[in-house]
Amino acid sequence: MSHLQITKLSKQFSGNVVLREFDLTIEEGEFVSILGPSGTGKSTIFHLIGGILAPDNGSIQLMGKEINGKRGFISYMPQTPSLLPWKNILQNVLLGQELHGKKDPERAMDMLKKAGLEAYEKAFPNELSGGMKQRAAFIRALLSPQSMICLDEPFSALDELTRLEMQKWLLSIWEEYRRTVLFITHNIEEALFLSDRIIVLSEKPAKVKAEFNVPYLRPRNESLLLTDDFLKWKRKIHYALTGGPNE
Amino acid sequence: MGIKLLKGWRPFAVLLLLFIVWEISVKTAGVPEWLLPAPIHIGSEAYAGWAGFSPHLVSTVKLAMLGFFIGSSIGLLTAIVLHLLPTIREAIYPLLILSQNIPIIVLAPLLVIWFGFGLLPKLIVITLVCFFPITVAALDGFKQTAPELKHYMIMAGATRGQLFWKLELPYSLPSVFSGLKISATYSVMGAVISEWLGAKEGIGVYMTLASSSFRTDRVFVAIFAIMLLSLLFFAVIMLAERRLVRWTNERSEKQ
Ligand SMILES: Nc1ncnc2c1ncn2[C@@H]1O[C@H](COP(=O)(O)OP(=O)(O)OP(=O)(O)O)[C@@H](O)[C@H]1O
Ligand SMILES: [Mg+2]
Repeated sequence: MSHLQITKLSKQFSGNVVLREFDLTIEEGEFVSILGPSGTGKSTIFHLIGGILAPDNGSIQLMGKEINGKRGFISYMPQTPSLLPWKNILQNVLLGQELHGKKDPERAMDMLKKAGLEAYEKAFPNELSGGMKQRAAFIRALLSPQSMICLDEPFSALDELTRLEMQKWLLSIWEEYRRTVLFITHNIEEALFLSDRIIVLSEKPAKVKAEFNVPYLRPRNESLLLTDDFLKWKRKIHYALTGGPNE
Repeated sequence: MGIKLLKGWRPFAVLLLLFIVWEISVKTAGVPEWLLPAPIHIGSEAYAGWAGFSPHLVSTVKLAMLGFFIGSSIGLLTAIVLHLLPTIREAIYPLLILSQNIPIIVLAPLLVIWFGFGLLPKLIVITLVCFFPITVAALDGFKQTAPELKHYMIMAGATRGQLFWKLELPYSLPSVFSGLKISATYSVMGAVISEWLGAKEGIGVYMTLASSSFRTDRVFVAIFAIMLLSLLFFAVIMLAERRLVRWTNERSEKQ
């Protein structure tokens, strides 16, 4: 059984058709990126999976169970860290668990340590840098009890260097925990570096325009980014995205 | 810190200057004491008459605190109910604003006719002046909850109750406290007005007695006492805020 199966999903906003018969399947433990231009409906897909929007048509199944319009089945990391300013970092990373029952502070401390945030467990979000806040937000998503994590352009607000650091960090953490991840980005390199599979969306209405299985083995490291093969893949995906010479 | 302390002294300097001007002009123009007493005279009356005045003061403080407590509780409760039930909010909110247009001075005698001279009409008066600033401030606070935080909570599967208790209420605390500060100062004024309705003691009673016997100096003692009390209440709320709210809306997530 697939972890997530989306079939013939359609959504329009007062005549503005954003999704039409969109299909997507994700297997357990897979890291899948959705790549597409701005305004194509990537976030809308998340809002539908997260249940804060109801689809006009189609179905979303998680582990074979339909979750259309139902909330609380995925763990989520938004573009802004969205940490609660009156809670310290430890309390903040436990928030996802707090909403659904039992808290596990020991595991949280363990993960904070791995994220290099152990000295900041008692600090408040305003005392952290942008990258640290995003790390805390990701740990919060990892600690949430739901089995699937949806990340919506989590690093787009960070500068180039911090971004690369965060990608490496996320990769190492993920390779250890292997949760199912659906990752939205409009950065080709990021998608290639992180994921097992890349879905390229076309502009409105969003359809799967191309799909790539990323061939790189894990664990991956930074040097991959500079190989010729990586650049070749990058070009290939870039053309798929923009409709360049190959298509 | 040092600069803050220095700045804190500026109002005192202005006040002192005002008193000096007042003292000198009253003395040089030979204004009779029953018309406008000089500050030093008021001071000495406050000192000499302290034993007679302090029971009134204590009574007013108690009344104001009780009224403030009830008024702000009702205010906060009203805000919570109106926030969680939007249909009721639309129906009630305009009426709340209207309630603030009822002149208390006119309403007060009516309250005595309806409820007698007991504690109840007094508490109603204080509640009427106290609840509104808190209701408005809290409602604003709930509404201004950062959209990205709300979005996260909803996506993470928070229920309506969790959204309110874990996000909207704590987020509104700075707003609620600005409402509380206003109400705290109003409550002193409300208590004094309610004592005019008829009471055995209180600054309001002391004031009425003083003015009917042309003891203008005592009227001023009462006025200064009211001002000091308001300041004190304000300061207490501010201290509570410092302890409870370690963050402000401006400082929240902005990258
Ligand atoms: N709640 C809504 N009401 C009306 N229109 C909406 C709503 N949410 C999204 N849209 C529209 O749907 C389209 C897709 O929006 P969406 O936010 O999903 O794009 P996106 O791919 O995430 O873009 P970006 O990369 O800029 O984040 C846009 O045209 C937007 O105007
Ligand atoms: Mg988006």
